[in-house]
Amino acid sequence: MMRDPRKAWLRAASLGIMMFLYLPIAVLVVYSFNAAKLSTAWQGLSLQWYALLARDHALLVALQNSLLIAAVSTAIATLLGVSAAVGIERLPWRRRTWLDGAFLLPLVMPEVMMGVALLLFFVLIKMPLGLLTVTIGHAVFNVPVVTMIVRARLRKLDPHLEEAARDLGATPWQAFRRVTLPLVRPSVIGAALLAFTVSLDDFVVTFFTAGPGATTLPLKVYSMIKTGISPEINALSAMLVVVSMALVGLSLVMQRTNEK
Amino acid sequence: MTGSSGLRTDARRTAWLLAPALAWMGLFFVLPLMVVFLISFATRSAYGGVEWAFTPANYRDLADPLYLRIYLRSCVMALATTGVCLVLGFPLAYHMARAPARWQGIWLVLVLIPFWTNFLVRTYAWMNLLRADGLLNTALIGAGVMRAPVEILYSDLAVLIGLVYGYLPFMVLPLYAAIERLDRSLLEAARDLYAPGWAVFTRVIVPLTKPGIIAGCLLVFIPSLGAYITPDLLGGARSMMIGNFIQHEYLVVRDWPLGSAASFVLMAIVVAGLWGYQRAGGVRA
Amino acid sequence: MIRRSMGFRISHYHQITKSPKHAWLAAVLCVASLLACQPAPEDGRKPAPKAGQATLYYFTWSDYVGPELLEEFERQTGAKVVVDTFSSNEELLAKLQSGASGYDVIVPSDFMVAVMMKQGLLAELDPAKIPNAQQLVGALATLPVDPEHRFSVPYLWGTVGIGYDSSVIPTPPDSWAVLWDKRYEGKISMLNDQREVFGAVLRLMGQSMNSRDPAVIEAAKARLLEQKPLVKTYTSDHFDQLLASGEVVLAHGWGGPVARAMALKPSIKYIVPKEGATIWADCLVIPRTSRNKELAMQFINYLMDRDVAARTSERLLFASASRGAMALVAAGVQNNPAVYPDEAALGHLEWMLDVGDALRSYDRGWTELKMK
Repeated sequence: MMRDPRKAWLRAASLGIMMFLYLPIAVLVVYSFNAAKLSTAWQGLSLQWYALLARDHALLVALQNSLLIAAVSTAIATLLGVSAAVGIERLPWRRRTWLDGAFLLPLVMPEVMMGVALLLFFVLIKMPLGLLTVTIGHAVFNVPVVTMIVRARLRKLDPHLEEAARDLGATPWQAFRRVTLPLVRPSVIGAALLAFTVSLDDFVVTFFTAGPGATTLPLKVYSMIKTGISPEINALSAMLVVVSMALVGLSLVMQRTNEK
Repeated sequence: MTGSSGLRTDARRTAWLLAPALAWMGLFFVLPLMVVFLISFATRSAYGGVEWAFTPANYRDLADPLYLRIYLRSCVMALATTGVCLVLGFPLAYHMARAPARWQGIWLVLVLIPFWTNFLVRTYAWMNLLRADGLLNTALIGAGVMRAPVEILYSDLAVLIGLVYGYLPFMVLPLYAAIERLDRSLLEAARDLYAPGWAVFTRVIVPLTKPGIIAGCLLVFIPSLGAYITPDLLGGARSMMIGNFIQHEYLVVRDWPLGSAASFVLMAIVVAGLWGYQRAGGVRA
Repeated sequence: MIRRSMGFRISHYHQITKSPKHAWLAAVLCVASLLACQPAPEDGRKPAPKAGQATLYYFTWSDYVGPELLEEFERQTGAKVVVDTFSSNEELLAKLQSGASGYDVIVPSDFMVAVMMKQGLLAELDPAKIPNAQQLVGALATLPVDPEHRFSVPYLWGTVGIGYDSSVIPTPPDSWAVLWDKRYEGKISMLNDQREVFGAVLRLMGQSMNSRDPAVIEAAKARLLEQKPLVKTYTSDHFDQLLASGEVVLAHGWGGPVARAMALKPSIKYIVPKEGATIWADCLVIPRTSRNKELAMQFINYLMDRDVAARTSERLLFASASRGAMALVAAGVQNNPAVYPDEAALGHLEWMLDVGDALRSYDRGWTELKMK
């Protein structure tokens, strides 16, 4: 059949590209077991970096900060983004394009600019820099992400569904909660996931808005550049990958049991 | 429920829905943006502070061929990154979209997992791979493909690889969404009409997935324009992209007015491009 | 950096999260992972200060203070020290200039101290509270910034020179000109710092590295453009790794990292070129916005204690500013010219100073160099 070579080619290409994506990950996992500190030499297997990581208070606090900021800013961005998406979709077409652009703007702006703008603003209103300012900054650039993603799904929805629910006696809020919301929930979760990812790895905006005691993981790693990035970071990254993979495997298993 | 009173409550409810997001963005985005805009018309004071002596000098200074070359170089690099991401991303997205339903969520997370590790660490891993005595060269020489190591690191090619790697997921995800919504029956119909594979691709698949392609291209092009860590590390800081220049002005020279002006020019270029595309009948993102 | 995606839908996530049971499991896992980030109890450090306990916020170069030293201070004073790190002076200034600080002790380099002083960002020090800072190394007597040490206490100092691999270059070079030697094409690294790179070529030309003469700067730029094809990379961060791995045989850089490379590859040596080089000093200062100035001065005094300073110097491989510490430092470190410059080098060192408006010329020259 004519289809098979094409399918095989697609599968091979996809696997190749996934290998490309995971190549540096494999490298850093391997080097997390390197006895040498420098990544340029291989000196045999060692678990010392993992041991060091468990004792490295500063690094673990940075990780904790990163996760906390990511969680909170994602929550804020999701709430605001979903409500904005629903709001925009209800507007007449003409007003929509204007808001379209307005929400697109943060994505278009260079991150350095966003970081500096936020820093100057916080200084002007005399807000002390810290975890809160970083969270605000992350929420600012994640709101457009959520809005866009949820809107894309909302656009495909049949607008009459909610109307029908209201005709049958539901209050507007009930109609939203029981009809619209479940239908967009996958997109909301997907958007939240992406926002979380972006927030975890953000460096530039965090750099400008962080204050005392608000070091995140990317900031900590960057500050280690001068003295050489310890392979502890490799160990940490390797663990993050393993945990994520485990969660993925877990959800696969849960799905299978769910289907039974 | 419906009827004139329903419409008015609808409008009010819409306002309530939009208000928090607008207030948040207005306060924490628009206002700071205004501040930076004002600064772009100021001048650098003696020790790197800001002197409020309003002048368009910064914008005039940027009109210099040297700086225009930086913008041009960055655009070229960003376009190349976008192109390569598109070529690599499309097959992967297509394969993902045709995977069994149960696996699609898994694929998506698998594509995202590398980006839960630290960006700098990934970049250093690439430096490791591309070094003269790194894994790539060792593998190529070992396989007999080459006899001497190729100097990939500290070159434009290395920067391109790094940028493509960093932004690939943001091409794959919109593409996947667009391809997933494709009506398979249309493809079958085309094939039933004896269309060769290539024609099916260019005349059916591409036009139908255009919104996804545009979205993916935008999401790769715009941020790669402003990249600065990748060109510094993988390019050996031998060249400047506009991101390096802006960062240099803000952080090293501490000429915030010039940095702000350069940032606004960058933003203007992107916005102009987007607007031009919309006017030319482009698809809404 | 990573940016955003729009317009996609993970419709199949619906399956994974269909059951509320799964949602709970996911939530529990998230909370568990957050909690798991608490360090092991035997680590001995409480994650948050007790109520009423004084806290010192220390903002310093990454790796500048070892945890054992901090613990000793905490034991001595009962206070808690929270350390944040940065990797460039400009980063430090940007934070301080924005007025929102919260730090009690920070460690800017000498030229940055000058900038901060002129902007009134620093608190005045009380010498009576910092007796350990009275005996400083002779080389620092020429420090033009804050000569009476009213606002700053020099902490660590050193030079910028050339690290080289003596197994490839058997006769020790003595001039900046070796960085222009075509024999080492592609095996040279320069700092990614416009003032330092210009400084090197200006000294090679017999000029001051703080020259404000546009013609001189232009000539310097021309020589740097000549050099560019020979340079493998401009880096301020990992030239020590490049030296140790053999990717470069000549590296323009600070002595400390070269000393670290020496430990990895004994054939690496360090010279301060005869035409002259930069002498730098990182200083301990207290921002005016500090809320704990007394404790801060105590901390500075502690860091300058002979014993503490000697141990710091050994660990970081930077020279300590404390005269008393020099005697206590291990011989191997004391005699290492990359850490403690020898007499010959001390003769022709120059401090990096602000060049005012001429910075624009340097900036433009640097941009042209990069864009070649």
